[in-house]
Amino acid sequence: MTKQFKMIDLDCANCAAKMEDGIRKIDGVKAASISFIMQKLTITAPDDQMDIILKQAAKVCRKIEPDCRIEPIQ
Amino acid sequence: MNRRAKKDLIRILISAILLMLAILSPVNGWFRSTAFLLPYLLVGYDILWKAVRNILHGHVFDENFLMVIATVGAFAIDEYPEAVFVMLFYQVGEWFQRLAVGKSRRSIASLMDIRPDYANLLRDGALCKVSPEEVAIGDLICVNPGEKIPLDGVITDGSSSLSTSALTGESLPCDVSIGDEVASGSVNISGVLTVRVSRPFTESTVVKILELVESATENKAKSEQFISKFARYYTPVVVLSAAVLAIVPPLFFNGDWAEWLHRALIFLVVSCPCALVISVPLTFFGGIGGASKKGILIKGANHLETLAKANTVVFDKTGTLTKGEFSIVSIDSPVLPAQELLSLAAAVEQFSSHPIAKAICNSAAIVPARDKVTHVEEVAGHGIKGAVDHQVICVGNRKLMQSCGFQPQEANRSTTQIHLCDDRQYLGVIHLSDTVKEGVNDTVSTLRGLGISQIVMLTGDRQEIASQVAEELQLDAYHAQLLPADKVAYMTELTKSKKRNTVVFVGDGMNDAPVLARSDVGIAMGGIGSDAAIEAADVVLMDDDLCKVPQAIGRSRRTLRIVRQNIAFALGVKLLVMMLAAFGHAFMWQAVFADVGVSVIAIFNAMRALK
Repeated sequence: MTKQFKMIDLDCANCAAKMEDGIRKIDGVKAASISFIMQKLTITAPDDQMDIILKQAAKVCRKIEPDCRIEPIQ
Repeated sequence: MNRRAKKDLIRILISAILLMLAILSPVNGWFRSTAFLLPYLLVGYDILWKAVRNILHGHVFDENFLMVIATVGAFAIDEYPEAVFVMLFYQVGEWFQRLAVGKSRRSIASLMDIRPDYANLLRDGALCKVSPEEVAIGDLICVNPGEKIPLDGVITDGSSSLSTSALTGESLPCDVSIGDEVASGSVNISGVLTVRVSRPFTESTVVKILELVESATENKAKSEQFISKFARYYTPVVVLSAAVLAIVPPLFFNGDWAEWLHRALIFLVVSCPCALVISVPLTFFGGIGGASKKGILIKGANHLETLAKANTVVFDKTGTLTKGEFSIVSIDSPVLPAQELLSLAAAVEQFSSHPIAKAICNSAAIVPARDKVTHVEEVAGHGIKGAVDHQVICVGNRKLMQSCGFQPQEANRSTTQIHLCDDRQYLGVIHLSDTVKEGVNDTVSTLRGLGISQIVMLTGDRQEIASQVAEELQLDAYHAQLLPADKVAYMTELTKSKKRNTVVFVGDGMNDAPVLARSDVGIAMGGIGSDAAIEAADVVLMDDDLCKVPQAIGRSRRTLRIVRQNIAFALGVKLLVMMLAAFGHAFMWQAVFADVGVSVIAIFNAMRALK
């Protein structure tokens, strides 16, 4: 399943690229992309692993840009 | 300007004043360092903190860290004012960059402003405001003047004019009334409309458009991929050369440590590839967003890149170059006046739903009443028979005439012919043709102006008809009497040929999904009509106006030009500063400009793609 999330306080495009790279390397992630312009993260992964993956993704992002948060849309 | 931007601006201004005071004050020794340390810490504390945190996380080549090294290094070699100034200048650059990014985000968001927020649902005779997702197929909704149509449907009551400019880029409003289909995302201008919903919100026109445009950035262009790969190597290479610059000349060539360290620090400042990493995707997104505003939906930056390289355009004929509607060219009758022959044909043809029958009925001045016609019988593949005022009339092709015992003259013309006879004599013939759309000639010449070297037409139609259209439009080649499979085979041949053609196929989306998929860039016309075509196409035109094809190519080329400008500008300035630094002619503030200043300029340049 593909899910989209909002990236709050994503400030640096280079960091977004690094986060994208990092999230792609998480186990179970089939595809991941971050649109710096839309401030959106799109992850494709199996349904049952989505929650764990999201937690790891948040960790990856915090490491690169500490102020940045991942939030579900709406 | 938001609160954070204001806070940052105040911080920058206070630091700037403190720096001025520090430079002007006549103190020495420890007082002097403290005087400079104060503005430095004020303006750069967040960067220092981020740098420390990132080091703990093991991110060495982070831009904050590099800035800290550069400025602390400057302190170490007693360049106090420069250290503070560089940090200050960097923050000013970052501030402008955030402002520019915010501005571009907002202008892109305004493009996406077609999403309706609510629907007025008519339930048990009362209106209630609900979110569009809650409305089901078959529900009635009410749309007031000035409101967006929230869901696709058919008008059951009222009439109005609609602005579809947000969907198709067409600025003229179109008039709609009972029975017309309306697309979500268009704006109701004048009257109140009641609409029966025909599709759920998730499958509506407006949601499909938004999905297409928003996910377009996920298909990255080759130049985007190149930039992200490049960025991964650029920083380490620059940092490494900085290290070499700092160590080698003093160690082996008797250079001055402080002087070479200063030069190396300048390298560190320009080592962030930010300008490239931001501006290249932003330009592509701007190009895609700007095109969508004109009713051209490009499904990815990769397609935009291919479109810019196009040198061959292949058109489908019926419905693309021609209207797909027949009109009467001439009428020949040895026995009757032309109008009489036409009404006789219309009398019988009004019982048929064939496009040709419709054209005949629409052109006849008088169509006899339906009850005057009896014994109507359709002869499949040949035509139609019926008795008009008790007189049998046959309307159809040559074969039908032959079966009635008549031999009409063979007319070698590029038209579709409909013959008429009664039981005693041959009555005459009506010549019809599918007309070429208005403005197609202009489109063809605009395409030639863009340097498209080959314009080709494919059709399943007869040779004579195809050759006439091809001649009228001065196309380079045409291929007639093709079955759908033949079209695919032809397209495969064209894209695989040794000449390295970049082939664009333009079709109306009816039955040509395989050809759309096979071409380098498939353009489907006519909007969100056929799902298969949208799935297979790379570019979707919201209406069937052909002039959008050269527009799409032109926009793609402009977008790519801006991308190249930005790459060349950003790399050029950085290389120049590094060269100057290596030979000792650069100042650190120039390096900061090459970093954040260039980013800001590149972002503004990228936004031109939106127009």
